[in-house]
Amino acid sequence: MVPISHYLWVSAALFCLGVTGVLVRRNAIVIFMCIELMMNAANLAFVAFARQLRSLDGQVVVFFVMTVAAAEVAVGLAIIISIFRHHESVDIDQVDLLRG
Amino acid sequence: MHLAAPTFAQVLFWACAVTAVVMGALVVVLPNPVSSALALVMTLCAVAGLFLSLGAQFIAMVQVIVYAGAIMVLFLFVIMLLQLSGQGRRERTLLGPRLLGAVLGVALLAQLGAALATATYPSGPGDPAFFSPNNTLEVGRALYARYLLPFEVTSVLLLVALVGAVVLAKRKF
Amino acid sequence: MDFRYAALVPLFPLLGFLVNLFLGRRLSKGAVGLVACGSVLLSFLTAVGVFLGLRALAPDARQVVVPLFDWIQSGILRVPMGLLVDPLSVVMILVVTGVGFLIHVYSTGYMEHDEGYARYFTYLNLFTFSMLVLVLGSSFVTLFVGWEGVGLCSYLLIGFWYEKKSATDAGKKAFIVNRIGDFGFTLGMMLIFWTCGSLDFTEVFRVAGQRFQPGDAAVTTICLLLFLGATGKSAQLPLYVWLPDAMEGPTPVSALIHAATMVTAGVYMVARCHLLYLLSPTALLVVAVVGAATAIFSATIGLVQNDIKRVLAYSTVSQLGYMFLGLGVGAFTAGIFHLMTHAFFKALLFLGSGSVIHALSGEQDMRSMGGLKDPLRRTYTVFLIGTLALAGVFPLAGFFSKDEILWNAFQRQPALWVVGLAGAFCTAFYMFRVVYLTFYGEPRMSEEVRHHVHEPPSRMLVPLYVLAALSVVGGWIGLPLMPGGSPFSRWLEPVLGGAGPEAAAAAGGAAGHSLEILLMAVSLAVALLGILAAWNFYRRRPELPGRVGASLPGAYRTLLNKYYVDELYGAAVVRPFVALSRALWSFFDEVVVDGTVNAVGWAVRAAGSVVRQLQSGYVGGYALAMVLGLVAVLGFYFLR
Repeated sequence: MVPISHYLWVSAALFCLGVTGVLVRRNAIVIFMCIELMMNAANLAFVAFARQLRSLDGQVVVFFVMTVAAAEVAVGLAIIISIFRHHESVDIDQVDLLRG
Repeated sequence: MHLAAPTFAQVLFWACAVTAVVMGALVVVLPNPVSSALALVMTLCAVAGLFLSLGAQFIAMVQVIVYAGAIMVLFLFVIMLLQLSGQGRRERTLLGPRLLGAVLGVALLAQLGAALATATYPSGPGDPAFFSPNNTLEVGRALYARYLLPFEVTSVLLLVALVGAVVLAKRKF
Repeated sequence: MDFRYAALVPLFPLLGFLVNLFLGRRLSKGAVGLVACGSVLLSFLTAVGVFLGLRALAPDARQVVVPLFDWIQSGILRVPMGLLVDPLSVVMILVVTGVGFLIHVYSTGYMEHDEGYARYFTYLNLFTFSMLVLVLGSSFVTLFVGWEGVGLCSYLLIGFWYEKKSATDAGKKAFIVNRIGDFGFTLGMMLIFWTCGSLDFTEVFRVAGQRFQPGDAAVTTICLLLFLGATGKSAQLPLYVWLPDAMEGPTPVSALIHAATMVTAGVYMVARCHLLYLLSPTALLVVAVVGAATAIFSATIGLVQNDIKRVLAYSTVSQLGYMFLGLGVGAFTAGIFHLMTHAFFKALLFLGSGSVIHALSGEQDMRSMGGLKDPLRRTYTVFLIGTLALAGVFPLAGFFSKDEILWNAFQRQPALWVVGLAGAFCTAFYMFRVVYLTFYGEPRMSEEVRHHVHEPPSRMLVPLYVLAALSVVGGWIGLPLMPGGSPFSRWLEPVLGGAGPEAAAAAGGAAGHSLEILLMAVSLAVALLGILAAWNFYRRRPELPGRVGASLPGAYRTLLNKYYVDELYGAAVVRPFVALSRALWSFFDEVVVDGTVNAVGWAVRAAGSVVRQLQSGYVGGYALAMVLGLVAVLGFYFLR
């Protein structure tokens, strides 16, 4: 059996890739995709621990995470569309209405 | 030196793991949003494979159907709608913060790695349902028994998201 | 015996003050007057009760401390608020409430047409309260509270007609000059606390004998500092300058505050602290000399003043000088005796002059008076009685009290006795000058004013009658040459001690007695001489004053201008201070203080504009910050 730490390493790698993507990319949709990447990393960790602790609870949690992710994507993309209509671009450098 | 022949589990793991990480990197790196989206699809499928290797068959299938099949399609729809495919080239501005972002990502990986390297993983007592061959049945049972309330609440959440998305994306009323 | 009800004496006027303060404007004038006068009347009746209660005790036991509450408890400083009921304070409260009540009643008539009627009585009640606290206090601090309170009320009442600049200036002058005296008083109090460890009268006087050797520098300093406060409050040299200006206030105020009560606070204070003063012969000498000097100094000024109230003001300063002279030669009882009789006839004279002014529709300059003897017969009568009393004519009150002071001065400091006699001559002279100028001769006022001359209403006349009666009989409780001393001195003996003059006289036996009678005759003769001179100058040969004035123009001008003291103070003290204030204002206030405040504001804005850049509105930056924080926190945990 593959030891759980291997899975967790993969999860860590995916998570850090996601973080880097959020910080580096400028396109709002790509940033959103990186967020999805991070969520997947989390899901992987949950399932791995479900196997380690021999419990189904981890998998049930992943189920809910996915549901919420779906809802979140729907709403988030709707927001991005609205912003796009306003600015004619989804470059986050140009969205600074919260400026103090 | 006598290396044992790799088991199927190990092969599956390594194949899916490498795919997932490489494709994840491509999501971050590729300039074209459509390319990023496609790379993400591959990542999701690889992760589904990892789920399979962990014995979570139901979740693996849900991953493919919902995540890769619905959510990513939605992403692609929006990308196409906004005709963003040509916008890859503009991302050459402000190197400083982006470099810092990359550094932070590496730093975070280092920290998580250090945590993983020094961690021990206790084993759990085990839920008999975990060992059942029919994973879907057992997950379904859990959802409708112990997790009924979250389940119902999630349905309300989906309704809210549905209405919200429609309202937000409409043109003028 | 429980004397706690003595607290009602100051409490009644306080209640009157509060009622008139909050409801005065909504009550009718009659109601306001009723509240004000009624509260003082109740106070007086309670004071009589206290007197009777004290009298029921044995003479040795007539010193009751009524503790009220603890005011300050800080480390070793413990200041309780309490009342000291003893013969001296009883004398004072009777005078304050009795004369005060009469003046309150008089005021209801005098101030009838004034818009600030309610405000007037509010201040007057507050004053009465403060004065009673002053004389009833059982510690220096309580006394000082009252001291400051009467100073405040004096300021408020002098500047009562605040639309007149001269009035507000006079009020400020009074307050500021008093402040200098108060400074001395405060320093004296601190020194007392430092040396005696307490500020309570009974405590301090108990230990004074042990802590101080007679003639000690410490006790001398204390007495001189306290006396500085007295010169301010009781208008002696050098801080008397505010009292003549204080005549800007309504006449009843001049009568109450600047003749009968507030200005006597200094006299009371010295009498109360006589044990300290007896330990410092130097200080006593200073008191006597200052008193005598003030007496003659201001008497000479009064010789030529033309405003009737000014003459009375300088007369008050002069008579206060006599009181201090009495205290300074160790005749504390005599000083208090004169305080009491002076309250009667000076209040009478002020109120009487108020009657005249009222009749003449506000005229105060005697050069525009004259011929009022017949139209104002009643006022004339009481005024004459007051004048005779002040001049010291037998058997009216002023004779006995002034004479006792002079007798004691003769025994201790003969030089000062001469000064006192000279002052008595001047007093008789200038007072009769007033009488002749005001009531005799041809009327010198305009026809229209003459038409309106009328006696005041009975509300104003009855207090005058009462004060006149007191001016006549009030001295008889201080009759000299009685075995064991007069009733008055016997009453005050437990407090002020019978040792000294009376004992010396008794010891002198027959020789001492006949000397005293001789001196009494001398005083009377001097007074009569003064009256005669005034009759000569202003009745028989009215051209004389003009001729004398013309032949001594320099002297006349100096006296008329009050020896130019105000101008001297103005140049030597006031102007440098104003210049200093201006310099401090333009440098310190504008540059340093304002600069600092503005700099703080500028610094905040500068910092803000720097910090504002964090709020770039740039979401990517926020995300960066979040992850940076995450990495940092994790790093911290790993390093720990």
